[in-house]
Amino acid sequence: MNKVLHNPLALIGFVIIAGILFLALIAPLIAPYDPDAINVKAILLSPSANHLMGTDGLGRDVFTRMLYGSRISLMVGFVAVGIATAIGIILGAIAGFYRGWVDTVIMRVVDVMLSIPTFFLILAVIAFLTPSIWNIMIVIGLTSWMGVTRLVRAEFLSLRNREFVLAAQALGAKDARLIFTHLLPNSLTPIIVSSILGIASAVLVESGLSFLGLGVQAPQASWGNILTDGKEYIQFAWWLSLFPGLAILITVLGYNLFGDGLRDAYNPRTSQH
Amino acid sequence: MLNKTHPYNFKKMAFITLVSLFIVACGNSSSNQSLANIDYSKTYPSTNGGTLIDAMTGEPSGLIAMIAGESAASTIAGNIFNSLLKYDKNLDLTGELAQSWEISSDQKTITFHLKPNLKWADNHDLSSDDVLFTWQKVTDEKTRTPYGSDFKLVTKAETPDTNTFRVTYAAPYAPALDTWAGLHILPKHLLKNQDINTTAFARHPVGSHYYKLDSWKNGQYLKLTRNDNATQGQAKIDHLLSRIIPDKAAQFLELSADNIDSMGLNPIQYARIFPARPDLNKNIALYKELGNSYTYLGFNLKRKPFDDIRVRQAINYAINKQEIIDGVLLGLGEPVASPYKPGTRWSNPALKPYPYDPNKAKALLKAAGYEDHDGDGIIDKAGKPLSFEILTNQNKEREMTGVLIQRRLKDVGINANIRVLEWASFLGRFIKPKDFDVVVLGWSLSLDPDQYSIWHSSQQAPGQFNFISYSNPRVDKLLEAGRLELNPEKRMVIYHEFSKILLEDSPIVFLSAGYGLSAIHKRVRGISEPAPPAGIGHNTYEWNIPNAYARTEMSEH
Amino acid sequence: MLKYLLKRFFWMIPLIIGISLISFLIMHLAPGDITTSEASFNPKASEESRQKLRELYSLDKPVIVQYGLWVKRMATLDFGTSFASHQRPVFWQTKDKDGNITLGMIQEALPITLLINVLSLILIIAVALPLGVISALKQNQLADRGITLFVFISFAIPGFWLALMLMYWTGVQHAWLPISGLESMGHEHLTWFYRTIDTLKHLVLPVFISGLTGLAGISLFVRNGMLEVLHQDYITTARAKGLKENRVVYGHALRNALLPLITIFGLSIPGLIGGSVIAESIFAIPGMGKLFYDAVLMRDFPVIMGILTIGSVLTLIGNLLADLSYAWADPRVRRGVMQ
Repeated sequence: MNKVLHNPLALIGFVIIAGILFLALIAPLIAPYDPDAINVKAILLSPSANHLMGTDGLGRDVFTRMLYGSRISLMVGFVAVGIATAIGIILGAIAGFYRGWVDTVIMRVVDVMLSIPTFFLILAVIAFLTPSIWNIMIVIGLTSWMGVTRLVRAEFLSLRNREFVLAAQALGAKDARLIFTHLLPNSLTPIIVSSILGIASAVLVESGLSFLGLGVQAPQASWGNILTDGKEYIQFAWWLSLFPGLAILITVLGYNLFGDGLRDAYNPRTSQH
Repeated sequence: MLNKTHPYNFKKMAFITLVSLFIVACGNSSSNQSLANIDYSKTYPSTNGGTLIDAMTGEPSGLIAMIAGESAASTIAGNIFNSLLKYDKNLDLTGELAQSWEISSDQKTITFHLKPNLKWADNHDLSSDDVLFTWQKVTDEKTRTPYGSDFKLVTKAETPDTNTFRVTYAAPYAPALDTWAGLHILPKHLLKNQDINTTAFARHPVGSHYYKLDSWKNGQYLKLTRNDNATQGQAKIDHLLSRIIPDKAAQFLELSADNIDSMGLNPIQYARIFPARPDLNKNIALYKELGNSYTYLGFNLKRKPFDDIRVRQAINYAINKQEIIDGVLLGLGEPVASPYKPGTRWSNPALKPYPYDPNKAKALLKAAGYEDHDGDGIIDKAGKPLSFEILTNQNKEREMTGVLIQRRLKDVGINANIRVLEWASFLGRFIKPKDFDVVVLGWSLSLDPDQYSIWHSSQQAPGQFNFISYSNPRVDKLLEAGRLELNPEKRMVIYHEFSKILLEDSPIVFLSAGYGLSAIHKRVRGISEPAPPAGIGHNTYEWNIPNAYARTEMSEH
Repeated sequence: MLKYLLKRFFWMIPLIIGISLISFLIMHLAPGDITTSEASFNPKASEESRQKLRELYSLDKPVIVQYGLWVKRMATLDFGTSFASHQRPVFWQTKDKDGNITLGMIQEALPITLLINVLSLILIIAVALPLGVISALKQNQLADRGITLFVFISFAIPGFWLALMLMYWTGVQHAWLPISGLESMGHEHLTWFYRTIDTLKHLVLPVFISGLTGLAGISLFVRNGMLEVLHQDYITTARAKGLKENRVVYGHALRNALLPLITIFGLSIPGLIGGSVIAESIFAIPGMGKLFYDAVLMRDFPVIMGILTIGSVLTLIGNLLADLSYAWADPRVRRGVMQ
């Protein structure tokens, strides 16, 4: 960890992540208004002391909605990545550990999933599960596990024949024990890195889904749907798109910088001696 | 060489990008260099020429309206094809291809007399044969049209001579004239050997109206050119160019940059952005007309507690319609109390919407047995809280309407959640199987008063339009009578009575009817203001662009 | 080698069947069909007529029967005609008996998307390659940090937001570039030279926006590849032998670091033909992304299946080509494949 934080960019990333997480956690304490409080007499006010980021088309305080939206957007990121990582670890571990036809089948399924456009899958899943914030998370998770699977499999394939694994196996360790105490811990860093980068992608995917009207639905605020609401008034009510746009930018940047720093620090082949 | 690149350059690049983004976002464009400084206040005599460019979000699938069906297709095809009849600027029926028409004394036969010497754009004569051919096509089992049923009521169609077309119905059918105003007449000589479902004619149409298709670049634009053989006289503007720009924000940018002449606006653009932008106001005029649809909240009457009229009326009183008009439409709309355009013959002037009265709502709910027994802020009956889901499709205004309703219902102790769905899922999964509590949707304010398919109790099967399952024998009787009565005065009495019962019964809550808002460049002249009941589009053939204001086409510089 | 090729080739068949079956099922299990479009929700359109349409399109048959019908048509490479677009051919043009040609939907959309994506790929490589190399050579120095920050910012900006602001800046505030579409008014009257310039001007923003997102991936890939190679023994040897640093970097390291890029390009083939619905909507470009998105919303099954089939076949071929060219370029892998 020390090594990571010596990298100024990773440090910036870490500070951004921590800062936004903190704001999301204390949102109810610092939010000046109720995020759903409509005020038709205060529609589209520009930023002022009363409304730091102005108000939206229903007179709701954008700053408050941004704070609450950060919770939703981050939650979407975390839960979706959690689901994707869990699926990816399980399938990747099975494929990489047992190899043979199991591996072939799993990897072909990965190929199939990768060649069907994500948003078609998303649309189909949304059609089955009725759209709600939880289902958005599940959907993004269910459609983004393929990368992790490939990663875990590759790690397992390369670790499988290392001496310490073979030794443990020779001592009669069970498969599950081998996987969970020897192989998985040694593949953890790339998995963590890919999860961190995955959170960034999920935040972006959510804003893209919002653009298509498939994201988190009103009246719940997410950065994606605040930004989409604001796009039609980009010339006039600039605050409606600037703040969510910057928030997404900074957050995604933060996770990427931190994730990349982490990867650099733990990759023996690219880190400086 | 690469090594020499100064390390700061990249930081600088990133920094400049960010700063420029900020400037773009914050800068109020004070001067627009792309707009030449032309004074659009001068008057010129009406001349021929010019090109009118507008934008649409979707591309027509074809230009045979009976098959295409979507609004983009009917808008464009409406400039190319004629119908027998049309609505004039006061929304009264008048002849288009037909010079006159008679209704027999038993009210079952209608005889249309075509105007003399009608021609297709390709110089062929247009005769009653073409009308008959079109009727045969729209009623043909093999034609893939959803609009055939009205025309299948015709038991006999004949052409006594080349200028006369006669249809006979089994029983008097009052909406008949309206249906003939909606059927584009197609040329028999070009289509008789073609399969209408697949014909290339849909993309190379030949019509008889003001314009003919000049070119169609898929996904980019459709260009129409004046038809010299037009049956209704000559339009002034030479070309109509309709660009396909799916994103409304991009459309507005194109309008600001003077690359398109007209687009539909939303209330915020109309009421907030334009007043704040003198540079736009200088060149662009705004128009407002009575819209063609209303928004409503509809109950699933098969579900408890919506079968109880007191609950429906209570919700009606609890919703503040003016707040919706002010908040969602920024005041650019009107309250409605019946499914007819306010100010027209069919709209009953005696009816007033339910006023906003939360106390009355609470009293009604109490009478229906709903009170907050457990003190959780939500009223309940027999241990069950009054809680339901408001369903709507992806439409910003309906979504906002839902949010406002949700809050007002909370005031009277009703818990409502909102769910927004993509259209096909919305229809296929919830409306068709009638699996919903309450919907926020819109119906059109139809020109013909017949709304049998929406309100008659026989129209409740899956996929039919009475999906709220409204059933009232008195309403059924009135709707049936209205279909048989061709005399407008007597029809009016019937539909005024129908509207009155509908309002009392409250199977839906009438919310609002928004104005149609549009922005048109000031180079376009001849637009009626204020808009007549039929809207500003009623006389597009009289619109003109003075030569001094015509857009210069791109030239080779 | 031949055996390997054949094996890979035969694997494609079950994969394509799998993809098409899954897509077909997803498509049909999603609620709604072509008769539930917003336009058909019109009291003047009767349910009986809609039922008739369903029969005409075989939508009333069990899904598996419909899939059988589709496979039967596909066996003769017949992609069918669109439900929603007046029976336009899904893939390639047809001619009716009067000689009118109707262009295929994919035939029209694919070249546009390919043009944009190939241009943006060229842009990405032209920018990402030097950025990646500099980053690696100046590892952990200011230049490296600056480049990393820059490429990540370009990745993190929500694309449609940036697109709209650039459109406003370069199109409305200054009339530098056209805002949307592919052609200006009067385009058809120009000579080919000015027509090309006109089209290229329209492509500047879309290419820039779609290039921006891909920049981070490639430049980091090049950077990390370079670092890995630079730390390897043979580079140290080359340096020890007294080779000039430039020779070492560009002669040895870069070449080896670029090898894995081949795989990346192979894998990016589906992306090249896929298009982006968001960018295409904003810029009003009739490409593959918009075509597919509209087809899904309209439940235009033949179009959805046509695009998915062509997409998956090209993806699989892309994967295969990537593996093959990688094997061809890298002797170690080649030996592995041959065995």
